[in-house]
Amino acid sequence: MKSAILQTATRYLLPILLLFSFFLLLRGHYYPGGGFVGGLVAAIAFVLHSFANGTANTMKILRYKPLSLIPIGLAISTLSVVAPLLFGLPPMTGLWFEEPIPVIGMIGSALFFDLGVYLVVIGVVLTILFTIALEQ
Amino acid sequence: MLFTVLTGLITSGLLIPFGKLIKIKWSFLLPLIPVLLFIFYLLHIPTIAGGTNLVQHVNWVPSMGVNLDFRLDGLSLLFALLITGIGTAIFFYARTYLKGHVYYDRFFAYLLLFMSAMLGVVLSNNILTLFVFWELTSISSFFLIGFNNDSKESRSSALTALSITGLGGFFLLAGLILMGNVAGTFVISELFSKHDVLLAHPLYPLIAGLIFIGAFTKSAQFPFHFWLPGAMKAPTPVSAYLHSATMVKAGIYLLARFTPVLGGNELWNNTLMIVGGFTMAFAAIHALFRVDLKGILAYSTISALGMLTFLLGLGTPEAIIAAAVFILVHALYKANLFMVTGIIDHETHTRDITRLAGLRKVLFPVFIAALLAALSSAGLPSTFGFIGKDLIYEATLHYEEHWALWLTALAIITNVGLVAAGFMAGLKPFTGKLPADFEKVHLPYPSMWIPPLLLGILGLIFGLFPGVVGDLFNNQAANAIAHAETGMKLKIWHGFNMVLLLSIATLAVGIVVYLVNKPSEKKLAAVERFNRIAPQRVFLRIGRSIMRASAWYTHTFHNGYLRSYHIKIIIFAELLLAYKLWISGPIKINWEELTPLSWYEVGIVAILLGALYIIVTTRSRLTSVVSTSVIGYCICLMFVFYSAPDLAMTQFTIDTLTTVLFVLVLYKLPSFINMTSRWIVIRDAMVALGFGVILSLIALRVLQEPNTTDVSSFYGENSYLLAKGKNVVNTILVDFRGIDTMFETVVLSIAAIGVYSLIRLRLKASEKE
Repeated sequence: MKSAILQTATRYLLPILLLFSFFLLLRGHYYPGGGFVGGLVAAIAFVLHSFANGTANTMKILRYKPLSLIPIGLAISTLSVVAPLLFGLPPMTGLWFEEPIPVIGMIGSALFFDLGVYLVVIGVVLTILFTIALEQ
Repeated sequence: MLFTVLTGLITSGLLIPFGKLIKIKWSFLLPLIPVLLFIFYLLHIPTIAGGTNLVQHVNWVPSMGVNLDFRLDGLSLLFALLITGIGTAIFFYARTYLKGHVYYDRFFAYLLLFMSAMLGVVLSNNILTLFVFWELTSISSFFLIGFNNDSKESRSSALTALSITGLGGFFLLAGLILMGNVAGTFVISELFSKHDVLLAHPLYPLIAGLIFIGAFTKSAQFPFHFWLPGAMKAPTPVSAYLHSATMVKAGIYLLARFTPVLGGNELWNNTLMIVGGFTMAFAAIHALFRVDLKGILAYSTISALGMLTFLLGLGTPEAIIAAAVFILVHALYKANLFMVTGIIDHETHTRDITRLAGLRKVLFPVFIAALLAALSSAGLPSTFGFIGKDLIYEATLHYEEHWALWLTALAIITNVGLVAAGFMAGLKPFTGKLPADFEKVHLPYPSMWIPPLLLGILGLIFGLFPGVVGDLFNNQAANAIAHAETGMKLKIWHGFNMVLLLSIATLAVGIVVYLVNKPSEKKLAAVERFNRIAPQRVFLRIGRSIMRASAWYTHTFHNGYLRSYHIKIIIFAELLLAYKLWISGPIKINWEELTPLSWYEVGIVAILLGALYIIVTTRSRLTSVVSTSVIGYCICLMFVFYSAPDLAMTQFTIDTLTTVLFVLVLYKLPSFINMTSRWIVIRDAMVALGFGVILSLIALRVLQEPNTTDVSSFYGENSYLLAKGKNVVNTILVDFRGIDTMFETVVLSIAAIGVYSLIRLRLKASEKE
């Protein structure tokens, strides 16, 4: 689908949507949002880009295969699950920094868990869609 | 004790990466393992013979009562010595026997696995751990029987053996769990004190029955005996080790181990006596008709196992002593005979006793070994077999008066058969005139004929000093079976009495039978006519019908059409939900309580219905996909109205991506042709409508349920306190039910990897060959 309007639009939409998806991820703990929705939005941003510019070009922007996001995401989630064990607490215990960080707010293990989910969702959606799209 | 079990397991695992080294020049290291373990257990003889038991406890799954508890008493020690001692002989023997075999390393990995598992069985003090090791022996036996995996017979024998012993394992597990629950403990040493509780319990017959099936399948008792002759497809060292000296005795071990726990009443004793008695006589007679050396040995092994079961069934102290001695006697001479058979097979490439003769001229040391085994099996005075036979007759003769005669007669028949079978296997191939084609046969490496010779000489020494041997090995074993002092004293000479007379008579009749009986293919064929009613056929038929049933089931339910899977899943869900709805009573709707419809709700429902109409009537795939997403967005709006923004957002993005996915797939499909008949359309419509109706009814039914808010108020109250989050949905996802989310992401990942590998890793046309 070659459309100059869509191509130009996605050039700006991609970063904005990605920023939005990250915003959704960060606010998830207090307001509607979260890693799952954030990941889906980020995936949609790339899908939109691939519609306008072709999947091969999107893959170029991504640089790495989306499949590689899956193990990274799973590793981050798993680490945040087992991290409390290092402090002698049962797994999945919420660990939080005492002071909130400006802009982001409170940072705790739950945020990292969500970040892992976010990455896995992007990886899964893009792997499935791009694999099918690129199939000859 | 744990390390003795682990050594073999670990080495077995190490053989996978380092097997190549073993193949080339490090194979001399392998027999060191059983040698060292054997020495370890030999060193324990003084402690155990003194009446002390060793106990070791290592936590494994303490929350479920499964622990690595080990206990070494007389019975365990006797078996541990057999396993490691015969194991030593077999390892030396097999190293030469299989020299140059492609799977040389694999063979020893299986053998080590088996040895460890078997040690685990006899040392376990926890019945669940015992079961785990029990199953491991079945599995390693499966691999060893099917070792020559390019032969169809060998594969099917392995499967038969596994299905029979595996089936028995199921029953055994059920029996063990029941027993553990009734007694309130899974620790064997604690079970001894629960003897009365177990015997008085109404479930006792079931427990005993299940354990019987487990033991009888493993120890090849009638009607499960037929897997053992089939198991002779294994390489001969395996037959010698697993299928005569050790594994098949695991069933006997089990019965002996649980005799003080479950035994001592009529059900236990009579079952063992009947099954064991029938098996021993049946197999002993059967052995006489075989022409294959291994076949003869297989049936005489079954007979010996029957004898052991029978003796445990008699249950008198004398019988238990006889059993404890006979375990050792049999292991010594049978492993020996098997190894001799292996040498004959290896050198002459035949095991047909009608062809074999005169081999003493070319295989003299092997002949000596075989002769010693045959004499011990015949029970010639001054051999260890003589002591065993004496004790058996003593046990039967001193049983309750009116039964003693019959039992003794049964034992005599069996022993006559065993004497003849022993001579057939150990003497026949070596006597007579050497056929011309065997003249070039030469003696194998000493590492092959020394182990059987040693076992034979050991049998002779044990026979000459039975008192010492009894004190060292069998005394405490018998005490462990009886769970009391049996006061055993083995002697060579009992004076002239009934027992001696019977022994001599048995020997004489046995020799006559051996001389008169000329087994031939013709006689074998005559016996095999009865195969039609043999248990083997029955089991085979059951097995085949199970296969047929599962083939029918698979073809009907798993036919590979996605639509057919869908409709079956949906109909099943409908039936389940409808049933639940039916039993939950009538639906009453209180119209007063419902909130009035707003105009935007009406509007959305109208759009929804319009989209539905388009899906059903359109002839374009793209249109129907787009309409589906319209429905999805309408539902999103509903979520927004009813204040579920998280759900709405997720639904919205998912719907978008699903549509994209659909379009990508549709793009690759051929153009749409409607081939469904009217009937199928109506059927699908009915199923779809049914599902919709049932779900709507459930929604209405839910409305009249009392509104419980326990769960939601818990999350509402605690989400900030415990999870430091104000968004309850998110705190549930990442904190309260975080493990669920974790595994959901794993499932997603698996789906992605599935799609990726199905599409990207498809074989190219050139690779499909």
